[in-house]
This record gives sequence, C-alpha cells and structure tokens, in this order.
Amino acid sequence: MIELRDIRKSYRTEFTNLEVLKGIDLSIEKGELVSIMGSSGSGKSTLLNILGILDEYDSGEYRLAGHLIKNISETQAAKYRNSLIGFVFQSFNLLSFKNAAENVALPLYYQKMDRKKRLDVAIEYLDRVGLKDWAFHLPNQMSGGQQQRVAIARALASQPKIILADEPTGALDTKTSYEVMEIFEQVNREGMTVIIVTHENDIAARTNRIIRLTDGLIE
Amino acid sequence: MNPAREQGLRSSFIVHHSSFQMFDLDKWQEIFESLKKHKLRTLLTAFAVWWGIFMLVILLGAGNGLQNSFEKNFGDDAVNSIWLYPDRTSEPYKGLPAGREIRFNNSDFDVLRNRIEGVEHVTGRYYLGGELVVEYQGKTFSYDVRSVHPDHLFLENTLVKKGRYINETDIKERRKVCTIGKLVKESFFKEDEDPIGQPLNIKGTQFTIVGVFEDDGGENEMRKIYIPITTAQRIFDTQDRIHQLMITVGDATLEESKVIEDNIRQEYAGKYNFSPTDQQALYISNNIEEYQQFQSIFLGIQFFIWFVGIGSIIAGVVGVSNIMLIIVKDRTKEIGIRKAMGATPWSIVSMILQEAIFLTGVAGYLGLLTGFGLVFAVQSFMEKNKIETEFFYNPEVDFASVLSALIFLVFCGTLAGLIPAIQAVRVNPVTAMRG
Repeated sequence: MIELRDIRKSYRTEFTNLEVLKGIDLSIEKGELVSIMGSSGSGKSTLLNILGILDEYDSGEYRLAGHLIKNISETQAAKYRNSLIGFVFQSFNLLSFKNAAENVALPLYYQKMDRKKRLDVAIEYLDRVGLKDWAFHLPNQMSGGQQQRVAIARALASQPKIILADEPTGALDTKTSYEVMEIFEQVNREGMTVIIVTHENDIAARTNRIIRLTDGLIE
Repeated sequence: MNPAREQGLRSSFIVHHSSFQMFDLDKWQEIFESLKKHKLRTLLTAFAVWWGIFMLVILLGAGNGLQNSFEKNFGDDAVNSIWLYPDRTSEPYKGLPAGREIRFNNSDFDVLRNRIEGVEHVTGRYYLGGELVVEYQGKTFSYDVRSVHPDHLFLENTLVKKGRYINETDIKERRKVCTIGKLVKESFFKEDEDPIGQPLNIKGTQFTIVGVFEDDGGENEMRKIYIPITTAQRIFDTQDRIHQLMITVGDATLEESKVIEDNIRQEYAGKYNFSPTDQQALYISNNIEEYQQFQSIFLGIQFFIWFVGIGSIIAGVVGVSNIMLIIVKDRTKEIGIRKAMGATPWSIVSMILQEAIFLTGVAGYLGLLTGFGLVFAVQSFMEKNKIETEFFYNPEVDFASVLSALIFLVFCGTLAGLIPAIQAVRVNPVTAMRG
C-alpha cells in the first residue's frame, strides 16, 4: 500500500541546511495497523506531511496505492488526498459551523456527490462510530471523544486507501483514548490500512507494528 | 469503488464541466450556509457595502438637485444675450444735468441692427403695463402680453408648435395679430379646436391669432401672448417708444461680448449725450458674463459631486477590503481542513470569491435600491406638495454611473480578498489547522 524508498527532505534557510529525513525506507502492506513513534525533532511530522501529500520531498520515491507521488500539481495532490487518504487530527478539526453529518459529508462534497446522497452516506458512517443520534449536532455540543469519532467517520466516508491519524488521542483522556483506539482497531479488522502517529506507548502498543523514528532515520 | 459513488461521480461529470461554475447549485448551497452560519460577519460586510452605495446615491442626488436648481433658475433665456435698459443719467455731462431720462425708440432698434458689429438677433419690448384683460367668445382672463420684434423668438427660446410667430410684415404693417402660449390656448379653446385665425380681444382691441407656442422655461412662460411691438406702440402709445432692447451675439466669447457691450454704450452715449462711464443712464445686463459665473458654480458643484463620489467609493473599497482580509484570516483553519479533505486550491479561492462577490453584490444592490428609493421619495414629495426652493430641484441620480461604481466596489473588494485567499491556500493544512 505504501512504499517509501530513500526519502530525503531538508529545509534550507539562508545560512543552514537542516536535513530532517535522511533516507527513509518503509513499506506498509494493505490492512496493516501501524504506529509511527518518535520524539519531537525526529522528523515524525515531516514524514506525516509527506505521507499525507501535504508536503514535497527532495529525493527518493513515494508510492501510495500504486500511484507515484512525485512532482505532482497542487490540484492533483488535492485529488489524491481526497480519494486515497482519510485524515484524523489531534484537535479533531471539524468545521464548527457545520453539524456532524455535514462534517462527515465534506470529503464527499469534494467528490461532487450530490447533497442528499452524501448526507445519507454521512449518517451511515456516523452510525458505524455509534453517533447516528448525534448527526445533527454541532461539534461544540459534543464531547472530545465524540468529536474525534465524527472525525474518524469523516476520514472513512470518502472510502480512502489509508487512514492517517496524527496524534488522534493526544487531546483525550485515557478512557476515551481507548474507545477511539477500539474504533481504529475495528476499522482495521474490516481491512483498512491505518497509520497512527503517536508518542504514547500504550497507544502504540495496541498497533501491530511500531515504526520508531530517530533523527531522521528509522531505527 | 461502490456503485453509489460511481453514480455520484458520473452525474457530477455531466453537471460540472469545470471547477468554477456560477450555477453550481451545490456550491451556492455551501455559500448560503456559510453566510447564514456567520451572521455577524455577513451583516458587517453587507452593511459596509450597503452604506457606501447608499451614501453615494444620496450625495449624488443632493449634488444633482443643487445643480438642477441652478440650471432651472437660469432657465430658458438665450445664454448669449445682452439686455439693455435705458434709465436716468447719474452724472452731468456736456452741460446737461444728472437725472435726465433716456428713452429708446424705434430708431434705437435700427442702431443695434445696422451700426453694431457682432449682433446676431435684435428685439425690443414695449411694456404694456401688467396683465391685460383678454376675451374670446365671452370668456375672459387676464394675461401678460409682450410686444416684441420677430427676433424675440430666439431670445426667449420660444418653440412655435402651430401657425407662426410675429414676422417682419406684422411689424411693418402694424398688424393686429398675436401668437399665444399653449396654456392661453387651452384656457379659451377645446383640445381639438384650431385657434389659428380666431379673433382675440386684448384690452378692447381685436387681434387675430396666428400661432401657438410652447416654452421650456416653465408654465409661466406659456401663459404669455406675443404681439408686434409696432402694433402695441400704435394702440397704447404715440411716440414709438421701446422700453427694453435685447440682442444675441452668436457664439461670441466673453471678451468679444464685452467689446460689443462697450461699442453699444459708446454709440448710445454719443446719440443721447450721456457720459460713456454712466452705468445708470444705460443699464446693460450681459448674460454671457452671468452665464460664465454660473458655469463656474456648475463646475464647483460637479467637482463636489465627484469628490464626494470618489471619496465614498474609496471608503467603501477600503472597508470591504479590510473585511475581506479579516474573513480570510478568520477562515485559515477552515481552509486547512477543506484542503486536507481534498479541496483543490482553486475550489477554495473560487468559493471565497463567489461568496464575497455575492454578498457585496447583493448588499450593494440593496444600497442602490434604498438610495434611489429615498431620492425618488424626496422628488415625488416635492412635486406633490409643489415645494420649490432655490437650492434643490429634481434630485435625479444616474443609475448607470452608480451601477458602475457598485461593480467597481465589488471588483476592488474581491481583488483585495483574492490575494490573502491565495496566500491562505498556500499554507500547509497541518500548519493552518494548528493556528
């Protein structure tokens, strides 16, 4: 599903050349549940950005679901993000002025699905995360755990190839964190490839494989 | 891919030819919702634009009202005319005392016509002293009767609608004929009656109607009756007296008209033995001079209108631009989220722009409507109640120029939003969402 070959990335300023990724080789198979761990400054965020097609890399090759992600336009990147990746973020990042169903339907809007259909699909996915009754509530009427479940439903709704979660439990208490992890595990059992970036050992321990990143390299 | 989505994609392929389409219903729904959910932001933006255009219309209306009143006061008289009124001498000259009365007669009409260069049309007026009793078939009214030469037509900008005006033969033969104003005609005759050839009794003397005229100078000017000056002189006077002479000077400049004015004064000073410096012996009213003063007032008003107009448009543009900047800043996180969800940069920029254009457009149009509404209300109120002031008349506003101002405002506001929107779209979504 994911093939990384000798990925390098450095940030150049006028005086320094800061090498963040120093040649990452990584492959993740379809249906895996993996976690990426690393301290701050390890290149974890940069790797996440590259995996999420939010940033470019200097050299190497990145293939996602068979597509070579290299030197592509902003518009093409947007299309890949829409069809291949479902994002889950630490701070949920729901649109505050849209209710749960409308938030879940947002990626489908960019797939140009018509309004009625995408709301139906959204409610179906909300049902999967146990929030069907909350479909017409605004995010600020929901708890953190509920909001993150809405975000997961949103990530799933576009039927992506991978779920990319950036510290998905970072803003939640332990009990809620485990509930969220259960959902990820359930999604994974149904065949979805899930990649979780985290610094929490107990979260990482629940995944099938832990990828540790230190100083721009995989240990 | 599941069948539901496949169908969605296929139908979208038919509807969406490009990513930027004005009548993408879904996009509009998205825009309406965004506007509805951000009431304060929407209201503030709309108010700024509404106020700018509303004020522009009101101020333009006031400015035009001022200008129209000036133009109306100048009215219907030829703007290239010089009017002469003989009076009494104010200084002794060549042994003659001050206070001597100067009187014009028919020979003075010939002086203007034959001896002064640059004179285009000449007419005299013999004053008949107030309104006269006019009678036709038992109906009696009183009207102002003016006795004039044929050229008077050009001095007053009289428009003959039926028959003819006073002519040279009338003057020579002292015919008892008259040309009557439209409202005079209407008071004596029915709509379909032809007044030409009908007898009209003016202060005991029978005149034949030879023409009907209209005048741009207003209703009062159409309540007049014109008769040949020589006829009036015969009936009411024996000395061929003329009370007032008027000339036009073609397209002479102010300087040229001054020379003509001077020549006239010299000529009559010589003829009647008064000092050429004696302003009171012969009072000369130069309308060209007056008109030029009016022109500079017009210019002042025009400048005022433009100043105010451009000022309020600039204020509007600055206001809208500011709000657009704030809106885009406000939406940075939303932009990040949408980007992560797969929104293309252009779809985000076009969404922000469409929202801005729609909002400013509608608000501006409302400002236009309310502004025009108020101006029309004032206009019809003044007309209904016959309010006439010297400084305000017919406060019209040019719709096209306000509309182009609105388009300009919307354009500038949008442009001001475009730059930060493009910048916002360039920001990495993860960074944008954290901010």
